[in-house]
Amino acid sequence: MVALSEATGPVAGDRRARARRATLALVGLVLLASWAALATGAAGVSLPQALGRLVTGTGLTLQEQVVLWDIRLPRLVTGLCVGAALAVSGAVMQGLFRNPLADPGLVGVGAGAGLGAVTAIVLGGLLPPALAALAGIYTVPIAAFLGGWAATLILYRVSTRAGRTSVATMLLAGIALGALAGAVTGLLVYAADDQQLRDLTFWGLGSLAGASWAKLAVAAPVMLAAMAGTLWLARGLNGLALGEAAAAHMGVPVQRMKNLAILAVAAATGAAVAVSGGIGFIGIVVPHLLRLATGPDHRYLLPNAALLGAALLVGADIVARSVIAPAELPIGIVTALMGAPVFLWILLRRRGVVDL
Amino acid sequence: MLEARDITVDLGKRRILHGLSLAAAPGEVTIVLGPNGSGKTTLLRALTGDVAAEGHISLDGADPRRLAPWELARRRAVLAQFARLAFPFTVLEVVRLGAEAAGEVGAAASARSRAALDKVDLAGYEGRLYQELSGGEQARVQLARALAQVWEPKGPEGPRWLFLDEPVASLDVAHQLQVMELAADYARQGGGVIAVMHDLTLTALFADKVVLLDAGHVAAEGPTAEVIRADRLARVYGCRIDVIAAGDPQRLIVTPVPDPRAAG
Repeated sequence: MVALSEATGPVAGDRRARARRATLALVGLVLLASWAALATGAAGVSLPQALGRLVTGTGLTLQEQVVLWDIRLPRLVTGLCVGAALAVSGAVMQGLFRNPLADPGLVGVGAGAGLGAVTAIVLGGLLPPALAALAGIYTVPIAAFLGGWAATLILYRVSTRAGRTSVATMLLAGIALGALAGAVTGLLVYAADDQQLRDLTFWGLGSLAGASWAKLAVAAPVMLAAMAGTLWLARGLNGLALGEAAAAHMGVPVQRMKNLAILAVAAATGAAVAVSGGIGFIGIVVPHLLRLATGPDHRYLLPNAALLGAALLVGADIVARSVIAPAELPIGIVTALMGAPVFLWILLRRRGVVDL
Repeated sequence: MLEARDITVDLGKRRILHGLSLAAAPGEVTIVLGPNGSGKTTLLRALTGDVAAEGHISLDGADPRRLAPWELARRRAVLAQFARLAFPFTVLEVVRLGAEAAGEVGAAASARSRAALDKVDLAGYEGRLYQELSGGEQARVQLARALAQVWEPKGPEGPRWLFLDEPVASLDVAHQLQVMELAADYARQGGGVIAVMHDLTLTALFADKVVLLDAGHVAAEGPTAEVIRADRLARVYGCRIDVIAAGDPQRLIVTPVPDPRAAG
């Protein structure tokens, strides 16, 4: 972080080479975290031995098959996808609102997506059969997406006037949206049966424990598509850092870009919430650290955020299931413990940005 | 040629511009003058498409409101009055935004950005964080960004344009002079410059053509010496203004004169 003011690379002020080196390092970090996640767990399974058996063609033992293939691997892939989706959503939203404190989890988008998911779980049976059959296993993710999308739209309309976003309004609107979604979710709990209640508890806490290939098959394509879509936004988000008018002067199709950004954030957050519930702070911590290290250019920030978010969430999940093994902590607790102090640190360091 | 006819702009319920018309030619520096609230900035914003305007606007034969954003970005760059940057970009990264808007990439974009910074006297500032610069330095970085966007004053599609909203407002005299010379130089090489200004003496020094606004109307439009006249300025600004020809080479010095009756 101290190196920020130093000249970097061959051209002073050009941090692209450093950002590309960071990408390489982060790929390494993701591989490391993935290995650790597969190797760690309550069941005494040795990953090197299992891999050795795979390579030599002996085949996995039944226990290895179940623990590695059915439990740890889908959980790892879910963690990677969700971590990446949350971090990228945070970075895009911060770019869109031109503020480092905007985060889907904090400003009610996550809560909106959660409400959508809960509504689908509890009231999904009320859908006309034809529609229910059409939506199928996609009902919950679609509902989460719609909830997140509605929340983002409301938030943007309320807090942005003439291209300028009021941070105070944004955070307060986020609190109101979050409270509203929480209250309606609370009402729905009364309408829920036992099985649904179990599902609902899981949303509140945020966890990767429910990960399965079936859920991934639904949510992963949405998250990956949304993240791929954000790559198209990168240059526009850079321009937007100077304001909407300046971005338009530099040839950014501002309105179209904002619509796509809101869609991408809602889709990525909605899908993430649909598989893992509300996991906070990844979207704030990851982009902030990367901006400090390699600068705010979104062409590098977005892919690097995906990598760091993936590694960080998988790391947090390892902590969540190790500290009180064989029991598990909700991962939301771990990310909040990591993230909330960083949030306060941003507030302290950059009071000028937060001038309410 | 930049032509605007019957431009009317309403902001809320108030009519800011009352069907005004003007023309600016490439190869010239056109300066828009007028008191506070006369509609200078709104006019510039109407011409750049930032505010919805009724009327006819044509930039070298095309309606800028109908061009694709990227297409328009290659024909004209805009320097706005206030630019707050949301994230900690370096000076070079800010200027590169302009170069990239023109389609430059990689090392070429960096090279052009460094040359643009050199033109605004900010060579060596590349690695500094924009947010840590003074207001005047930030204004010059923004000018460099605009320059990097329309680097060649003439392009295949015709002349390129610089729209400048009070480009010297936060600068010291030496840099005011430098920025105005830069604008004049851009025009001499075939580009178009249209600038909103407050400083009457600088306007007299550098404008080829002046558009004087008064309460949303064009009070006068024409060659500098015809518009920068004591009687005209006094009527529009509402105070006594002397226009003195002096120096070698001779130039106009425009200065407000206190009204002795108002004192005490």
